[in-house]
Amino acid sequence: MKVYMDNGATTRVTEPVMAAMQPYFCEVFGNPSSFHTAGRESRRAVEAARAQVAKAIGAEPREIYFTGCGTEADNWAIRGTAYANVKKGKHIITTNFEHHAVLHTCAQLEKEGFEVTYLPVDEYGLITPEQLEAAIRPDTVLVTVMTANNEIGTLEPIPELAAVAKKHGVLFHTDAVQAIGHVKIDVHAQNIDMLSMSGHKFHAPKGIGALYIRQGVRIQPLMQGGAQERGQRPGTENLAGIVGLGKAIELATADIDAKAAGMRAIRDHMIDRILKEIPYARLNGHPTKRMCGNVNVSFQFIEGEGMLIHLDMKGIAASSGSACTSGSLDPSHVLLAIGLPHEIAHGSLRLSLCEENTMAEADYVVDSLVEIVARLRAMSPLYDDFLASQKN
Amino acid sequence: MEYTEQVMDHFMNPRNMGEMADPSGVGTVGNAKCGDIMRIYIKVENDVITDVKFKTFGCGAAIATSSKATEIVKGMTLEEAEKVTNKMVMEALGGLPPIKVHCSVLAEEALHAAIQDYRERLEKGLPPVTEPDDADVKYV
Repeated sequence: MKVYMDNGATTRVTEPVMAAMQPYFCEVFGNPSSFHTAGRESRRAVEAARAQVAKAIGAEPREIYFTGCGTEADNWAIRGTAYANVKKGKHIITTNFEHHAVLHTCAQLEKEGFEVTYLPVDEYGLITPEQLEAAIRPDTVLVTVMTANNEIGTLEPIPELAAVAKKHGVLFHTDAVQAIGHVKIDVHAQNIDMLSMSGHKFHAPKGIGALYIRQGVRIQPLMQGGAQERGQRPGTENLAGIVGLGKAIELATADIDAKAAGMRAIRDHMIDRILKEIPYARLNGHPTKRMCGNVNVSFQFIEGEGMLIHLDMKGIAASSGSACTSGSLDPSHVLLAIGLPHEIAHGSLRLSLCEENTMAEADYVVDSLVEIVARLRAMSPLYDDFLASQKN
Repeated sequence: MEYTEQVMDHFMNPRNMGEMADPSGVGTVGNAKCGDIMRIYIKVENDVITDVKFKTFGCGAAIATSSKATEIVKGMTLEEAEKVTNKMVMEALGGLPPIKVHCSVLAEEALHAAIQDYRERLEKGLPPVTEPDDADVKYV
């Protein structure tokens, strides 16, 4: 059985999205900025996609700017806001478990003389509106908090946090890269000033993202060039990618409640079975305030990469927050931020669902895990020592 | 990052994995914080490693290098085994990705620690090993 449960890393382009994009390579290829019929045809496609994206998040089309990816959208929102507001202040507030696209951008701004407050998340990965309120200063220009954490799936109280920012006249940005298609978002109703998204997390191709910027909010462009995206994001549009993004977000947000309920049922079934059938396992993140498709568990006494290899041999694609899979000596900053000791963080596993995963796949994955964890523990000197300590 | 066929073989079918009832020496190196702990048990008769076992907490490379290292030293004299380096283990596995080279160092260290342990016991006339050393690990 082949099971893809790494949808938090990327998703497949689905057939309807592919079909929507197909004409925009060989047949409709005009430069959207061109005057002629071919150009105008492309322009119409770009604007139709912009309307689809806007509608999906409760925005106006003119508030949507296409980017190359989610990372670019995050960089632009944060740096663009920082540079545009230096007269007001140079203070930014975020959390300590954001995606690196946010954390490393903030770190770079610190080098440039900006100040950043990193709100510490609790054991579930949550921050509170009170925490945010206490951190806001007269010179705060931006609050950026992710909608859903990419590793442990924790859902932050975005409308409440955004309301606090609004009360203090501070701009609010959210990295919603993981959340689109899983969580209902209405940027206007939820007081969100900027929102980043990435197409490949919801069945659009890689290489296309978008930033929503509320009308009236002015941020600096990161690149200089032509007049594309109203001069804010120059560069010839990724026509087919944009069309794919529009179609994908329309499909991802249609019928979102039913899809989320389906994923939630599979998620909870997997979590229940894992915690029941595998001893010394723990759920990372919040039991209910979590993305409908996110399962993140740690197994004591074993290391994540070994699990991934065994899963891969069984046809299962998953990911881990262990050091060995992060390419550094430290395990994931997210798992450390929620207070996990290193050795527990090394044994973490993320299974991220999309609406195409089935209950049968879920059972196959858990069955495989039971076997794999037992096998790796049989090799682990830590497990031996633990069992010996239990006897004494 | 991709592992060689030999690494995958040793990871999927580890040789000499397990504990040993009355080892002549035991070496445990690494720490759980870094995500790698390796323990190698050796049985020595007339200066020859007649049996060797390992247990490893760690990634695929850590497990494969432990397995390969035990395979290499089984039947060697202590003197020969002391000359086994991480480079030899790595080469025998057809190489490791650059970020995994440190895992092979652990295999060399665990092996040498086990030999050292045996020699110390011999010198000091200590009784054979009965319990593994306590690893410094927190459980939650």
